[in-house]
Amino acid sequence: MFARPSTRVALSLLLAVTLLHVSVAVMATPKIEHWTLTNGVRVYFVEARNLPMVTLNVVFDAGSARDPQGRNGLSMLTSHLLNNGTGELDADAIAATFEGQGAEFGSSNDRDMAGVSLRSLTDRTLLDPALDLFARVVVAPSFPAASFERERRRALLGLKQAQASPGDIANKAFFSQLYKGHPYALPPEGSEAGLKALTRNDLTAFHARHYVGRNAVLALIGDVTLREAKAIAERVLGGLPAGAAAPPLPRVMDVVPRGRAERVLAHPSIQTHLLIGAAGMARNDPDFYPLYLGNFVLGGSGLVSRLSQEVREKRSLSYSVYSYFMPLREPGPFLIGLQTKNSQRAEALAVVRRVLTGFVEKGPTPEELAAAKKNVTGGFPLRIDSNRKIAEYLTVIGFYGLPLTYIDDFIPRIEAVTAEQIRDAFRRRVHPEQMLTVVVGGGGQ
Amino acid sequence: MSFSRFSLVLAAGLLAACSPVQEATLENGLKIIVKEDHRAPVVVSQIWYKVGPSDEPDGRTGISHVLEHMMFKGTAAHKNGEFSRIIAENGGRENAFTGIDYTAYFQQLEKSRLPIAFELEADRMRNLVLDEKEFSKELRVVMEERRLRTDDQPEARAYEHFMATAFTTHPYKNPIIGWTRDLEMMSVEDVRNWYQRWYVPNNATLVVVGDVDPRAVFALARRHFGPIPARTFEPARAPAEPVQTETRRSRISAPAQVPSLLMGFHAPALSRTDDWEAYALMVLNGVLDGGGSARFERELVRRQQIAAGADIGYSPTARYPVLFLIQATPSRGRTPAELEAAIRAQIRRVQEEPIAPDELARVKAQVAASNVFTRDSVFYQAMQMGMLETVGLDWQMLDRSVERVRAVTAAQVQTVAKKYLTESNLSVTVLDPQPGKAKPRAAAPLGGAHVR
Repeated sequence: MFARPSTRVALSLLLAVTLLHVSVAVMATPKIEHWTLTNGVRVYFVEARNLPMVTLNVVFDAGSARDPQGRNGLSMLTSHLLNNGTGELDADAIAATFEGQGAEFGSSNDRDMAGVSLRSLTDRTLLDPALDLFARVVVAPSFPAASFERERRRALLGLKQAQASPGDIANKAFFSQLYKGHPYALPPEGSEAGLKALTRNDLTAFHARHYVGRNAVLALIGDVTLREAKAIAERVLGGLPAGAAAPPLPRVMDVVPRGRAERVLAHPSIQTHLLIGAAGMARNDPDFYPLYLGNFVLGGSGLVSRLSQEVREKRSLSYSVYSYFMPLREPGPFLIGLQTKNSQRAEALAVVRRVLTGFVEKGPTPEELAAAKKNVTGGFPLRIDSNRKIAEYLTVIGFYGLPLTYIDDFIPRIEAVTAEQIRDAFRRRVHPEQMLTVVVGGGGQ
Repeated sequence: MSFSRFSLVLAAGLLAACSPVQEATLENGLKIIVKEDHRAPVVVSQIWYKVGPSDEPDGRTGISHVLEHMMFKGTAAHKNGEFSRIIAENGGRENAFTGIDYTAYFQQLEKSRLPIAFELEADRMRNLVLDEKEFSKELRVVMEERRLRTDDQPEARAYEHFMATAFTTHPYKNPIIGWTRDLEMMSVEDVRNWYQRWYVPNNATLVVVGDVDPRAVFALARRHFGPIPARTFEPARAPAEPVQTETRRSRISAPAQVPSLLMGFHAPALSRTDDWEAYALMVLNGVLDGGGSARFERELVRRQQIAAGADIGYSPTARYPVLFLIQATPSRGRTPAELEAAIRAQIRRVQEEPIAPDELARVKAQVAASNVFTRDSVFYQAMQMGMLETVGLDWQMLDRSVERVRAVTAAQVQTVAKKYLTESNLSVTVLDPQPGKAKPRAAAPLGGAHVR
């Protein structure tokens, strides 16, 4: 048998003392340098000398919200095909050059933005060829016809594969219904009809229109000086034409219908996937902080959130239950999600609705608010503890035009939020009686 | 270039990791590994128990993972849920994960709060309360996890089926989360026995990476974990997998629209002795599937267009021999059989002719670079060391791995391809889609009672 550890009481005291005395960690936030190239590219740079590597994220206002009518998938295929050809180089040569230097090239797109990234060692014999090639694929891709056909077929197959996933089906159904009439209804990965309608010329035209200086942000972090960073930015994106910034997106609140709706889709899965939500908040929303912190209490803090406590911890109804606001240029969704075996779906739905309604009516308790603030502020250093995470902040700050002081302001803005502000913001912005509910599952009944 | 905090100067071209690591072992056998990373005022603490599904006897599969869930259910000093609440209030992130050979728990915190993690972690190493009611509730959560991650995921079901084909005897044949039937039969007493048997300091490794002073961490660990007595325990003896003598084939049907193919060959894990074969297989992995310039992507996806995707999984950081695993999806209109033939042709090619110098150079450059990229993540650095230690290896292998890969020759790659990628060593599973069932369609609306 074990002996009881004699230190437990003393340790508990230590714990209490630690809780009282550690308030906000003192941490130097990264110093952001910002400048604009003559062609309009906005550059955000942080010098990080500790690792011999450099990370570049380039994003354009060219997400799937910019897909033309009937051409859903254009944004995805354009960014995805950048590394398939430039000048005399084909996909083989491009991949061999990046990977031969140990560099990592990536591309991605979401509803608002499309982008490419590069990670390389700073050894100039490795970095220089990687940067030159990166510039060429971003500025002057050739979109070879054979690559276009092949990647479109792969994308179509990917869509078919996703139809086996009830979670994926639920997500698509949610956006397409909630944002009916707005470009956010379209899935970033494209639709079957949209992909089939595309031609290679669509890609060329989309690139020419959207991959331009006034539509671009470069986030750069790594083991280089400001001077070197300026040279890198010019070298990589100086060749972009200035072009024109993309026009504003249609206003979500003018388009999205209010009111309760349900969408039930049968699927042979043994679990039901539930999504409940409505249009939420924009990235530069005046209610950003109260909504963010309130949601943290409701369903944004993992196992300690209210939804987790009620749905998972007390009732074992789901492995994963969460809520979030997805802040986009225009209001992205507020969304609650869970999965439960088919026979429990009514119970799970009832619990979620009760928790949501209760939270909107009463807001967080003082204890919940204090705990949420402690988590968000006390854990702040974890948000900026790697080059990768800082690069993500730089990208978001640049793309959405957030203040350069965004990272420094974060803790004071969170500290300033009151329970009344949360209650007020949720009452104005979150209407449990006017939500869209998407249900996928049921075992093919 | 220099690391400003340490003034360590890297020799030109030498990219191997050189952050300081120190280790110590407490009297009770708990091994502690500390790596300094002063880039940000954060710390990650991970405790790794040398027990996992590969220790589980038939009929008790999934028990390591269920215990992992139960570890958050409280002790006498900290009631159910308090662990997570305290870490959250301290700005921490915490969770746990069960791998095939291990069970691990972690906290990520601002650096001054490390004592809190140690106090809570030491408490539950000894004093876990395993309550019958909480157990049956948590078991239901685990069942939902299994439904989510496996039962409703055709690819995951195919993988589970494949592992049970490739391994007939060794516990690697079982899924980490356990077979449903075993989960249904599990009792709280089973879990208690599992906890009592394995959760002792002499069966654990504590890994800390971050902005810390190793001596302070050792002292702190001694204070919190030192009082827990060591205890001898009966090590598990996993039955050895008999040598495979002929190709095995299986099929699984699932509601899906797209078929897929799994092919695997038994292959060695890393070991403390002569393990050049594992490094040669890593290079082979990179030659075939190491990005857009690797052969699978270049030949199968782009040139022949027979595959929509083809990936290799070879993870030799393991306690027992593993698989060199190929997972592939045929292009539209192509069959799994055609894709299998094309993959076999690629395998024959690496067996018959040595890989090109530029292919070898490319893989080595990628390994050297990713060794640096990895150091951008405090968490992942800890994870690599913890895993090496827990499978019976040595964290120092991490720093040597770049050199070991650099030493691999084209002839060695050809040798391991011939030795392991053989007909009699192969298992194949095909996912056979049943498209009719997977088409979503509008169903009856929810009844009024559901939608108050």
